[in-house]
Amino acid sequence: MRKKRIWQYLQRSEQVNNEWPLYEVFIRGKHGLSHRHVGSVHATDSQHAIQNARDVYTRRNEGVSIWVIPSMQIVASCPSDKDALFEPSEDKIYRHPSFFQIPDDVEAM
Amino acid sequence: MSFTSILRMGDNTLVLGQRLSEWCGHGPAPEEDIALANIALDLIGQTRLWLDLAGNREGLGRDSDMLAYHRNPWDFKNLLLVEQPNRDFGITMMRQFLFDTWHLETLRILSHHTDKDVRGIAQKSSKEVTYHRARSTNIVIALGDGTEKSQLRMQSALNRLYPYVGEMFMTDKDDLIDMAALRPRFDAHLSATLNKATLTKPESEFYHKGGKTGTQHSEHLSHILATMQSLPRSYPEAKW
Repeated sequence: MRKKRIWQYLQRSEQVNNEWPLYEVFIRGKHGLSHRHVGSVHATDSQHAIQNARDVYTRRNEGVSIWVIPSMQIVASCPSDKDALFEPSEDKIYRHPSFFQIPDDVEAM
Repeated sequence: MSFTSILRMGDNTLVLGQRLSEWCGHGPAPEEDIALANIALDLIGQTRLWLDLAGNREGLGRDSDMLAYHRNPWDFKNLLLVEQPNRDFGITMMRQFLFDTWHLETLRILSHHTDKDVRGIAQKSSKEVTYHRARSTNIVIALGDGTEKSQLRMQSALNRLYPYVGEMFMTDKDDLIDMAALRPRFDAHLSATLNKATLTKPESEFYHKGGKTGTQHSEHLSHILATMQSLPRSYPEAKW
């Protein structure tokens, strides 16, 4: 029994070590729109990642273009820097264009 | 335009689509699992077009469901290659690669066929199959030129399945086009891919036959059809 459990553990740790790298997936829904982050896929290389992204995220006609980027390559802000980075903008309401009247004939705002 | 010639196209995509669907929920990675299911669905979609057309040309009122679910193994005209069991992922992908390579060349020629309906199905399918072939080619290269273990398994997959290649290029009056003429382009893609995949084509050109003529299917066909047909045969009026 114990032997079996060790074997299972070894198998599992081998699987973790052999996990394919993660890629973040961005899809452009329509021409003219920007690519939006939709999720991530595992893949062995960038071409494989495009194919997996196509199969996982565009099955229902969601897109016209795909970007993938190795998740390792993304540089993210640190959660502990949140106050310094984002709080200062909270009280600066004059930065929002909310004091203007939008003319009626402007459609997409 | 014989009934059998259209049936051959539809039976290939039907049997392989059903085979691939056996992977659903068992793929080696969620991404591969969903990709295989997508390809299975593409093939079943193509089947519907081919078999509806076959039934229409036959003129006995049989539609694609009738042809898929209410025929016996010896009436199926699919290649022996597509009824071979999945076994492991390497064998499944090698089978897919060999089929996709033949399929794409066939559809390219059929896209200019004199029959409007055949042309239409071929043009629609070849977009899907272009993707299928790109995907299976990449995987054969990745696994062939991968680790020592994966290389060994892909070589044994090729050795196992190569004897089913020859039947794809047998040709007779019940083919829509001259299949033998497709061989050079098939071989070109095959050797380019095997080269990159560090795999070696088996020396023997012996091949099994009897699938596309329906005269000698392997034992695997009856089993897969039993699974696929049991429900509609037990409950002929069943609806979703």
